[in-house]
Amino acid sequence: MTVHDTVEAAARDAYPRIVATLIRVTGEWSLAEDCAQEALALALQRWPSDGVPANPGGWLMTVARNRAIDQLRRAAVERRKLAELIPQEPAPVEEPVVDDRLRLIFTCCHPALSLEARVALTLRTICAVPTPDIARAFLVTDSTMTRRLTRAKAKIADARIPYRVPTGRSLTERLPGVLAVLYLLFTHGYNGYPAFAEEAIRLARLLRELMPGQPEAGGLLALFLFQHSRREARVDDEGNLLTFDRQDRGRWDQEMIAEGLDLLGAIDGDGPYTLQARIAASHATATDWPFVAACYDRLAELQPSPVVELNRAVAHSYAFGPQEGLALLEKVDLGDYSLAVAAEADMVARSGDRVRAAALFRRAAALSSSEAEREALLRRSNDL
Amino acid sequence: MKYMMFVCTDTEPDTDPSPEADIEVWVEENDTRGRRLDGSVLGSRSSATTVRVRNGQLLVSDGPFAETKEFIVGYDLLECADLDEAIEVARAHPMARGGRLELRPLVDL
Repeated sequence: MTVHDTVEAAARDAYPRIVATLIRVTGEWSLAEDCAQEALALALQRWPSDGVPANPGGWLMTVARNRAIDQLRRAAVERRKLAELIPQEPAPVEEPVVDDRLRLIFTCCHPALSLEARVALTLRTICAVPTPDIARAFLVTDSTMTRRLTRAKAKIADARIPYRVPTGRSLTERLPGVLAVLYLLFTHGYNGYPAFAEEAIRLARLLRELMPGQPEAGGLLALFLFQHSRREARVDDEGNLLTFDRQDRGRWDQEMIAEGLDLLGAIDGDGPYTLQARIAASHATATDWPFVAACYDRLAELQPSPVVELNRAVAHSYAFGPQEGLALLEKVDLGDYSLAVAAEADMVARSGDRVRAAALFRRAAALSSSEAEREALLRRSNDL
Repeated sequence: MKYMMFVCTDTEPDTDPSPEADIEVWVEENDTRGRRLDGSVLGSRSSATTVRVRNGQLLVSDGPFAETKEFIVGYDLLECADLDEAIEVARAHPMARGGRLELRPLVDL
């Protein structure tokens, strides 16, 4: 491991902690981020010659805190903030009940901020992703993204969004919103920004570790792991997306799958992410269709949506026969969605009506916007 | 922190048939706890008068500034520790279901 790698690894672990603590103490987001960044820069400059300190995270925290003290002194702000920062000797044993990083996550994902601001703020403040990278990923200019971040931080200060992890009913209400931000981050990573998927996994890991009483945090992490385990197998040599059944299973990351299975084994609950993870787990091992169908039944109760209903119909068709699937599909309104028509075509084919199935596959092909998918659908039509 | 809470109508009110909160109880509770400093229902929109001055000339016109489907019917001035507390106060207001509430922090100048 080079010194640069060591700094990177230490930074990844220490950064959110430093930022989160400095925000709590100073209440100033930009100051916290600047000081954390400066500490990292200094580490990269010093460690190659001085050697890596025994406790890299502690070293970074001390440097960042000293920078913050300097800056606050220079700005001559209230004594109170300084007083809180200065005691470096045996820190008062007043063990914080809540990890500062958790406060930071909940504040960045506060529903009073727009969803796009939540995602951007999470990437910038917690994951330290440079603003231009976030801008590129969300197809806006650097200055638009900078404004979005500035506005979000201003709202936190102006509307006084608290730096706190909610408790009781509020926690139950707010956690799904936090998980949704991570999910969005992950899917964005899935669609072309792999680094975001890695960040989402890291955050889900942190959330699970910090909130052991919340099964959905573990469920979300497991779901990410199953999906990410197929990252190498998802595209063919020409870059076309491959559906599940056409992927080379040998390229699935078995270590990730094993970790996901371990996580699920310890979860006793059936929140929406846990259910999706259980479905993904079944597909990742040997698909147990009646089990998958039961998971979709529950998911349809918790989070009804046309896409869930479509998947539910497909699962039922494989578990209990194409007629069962077709009966469910009839009740779903998906309009001219190529995958819905393709699913119907598949069920009709399995029920034996080859002529109608071939026509449906051709119709699905006509509706599809992907060249590879269109070819696959036409092939199935011709095979009948 | 002071928040101005605008009480507004909404074209899509809650359809939940459970009984709605009692405004008297809400006012009483928040007044006692010092979280509501002031508040009132506004007169109808037809009683509104809009005033502008352009190039030194006074322009007075009948009616509200903007004709919209959703409009402000009242306000409450809240004193809360932070936005989360204000949100909790707002959610208990009957118009959280019958209409919508908008929380705006007051700026200290």
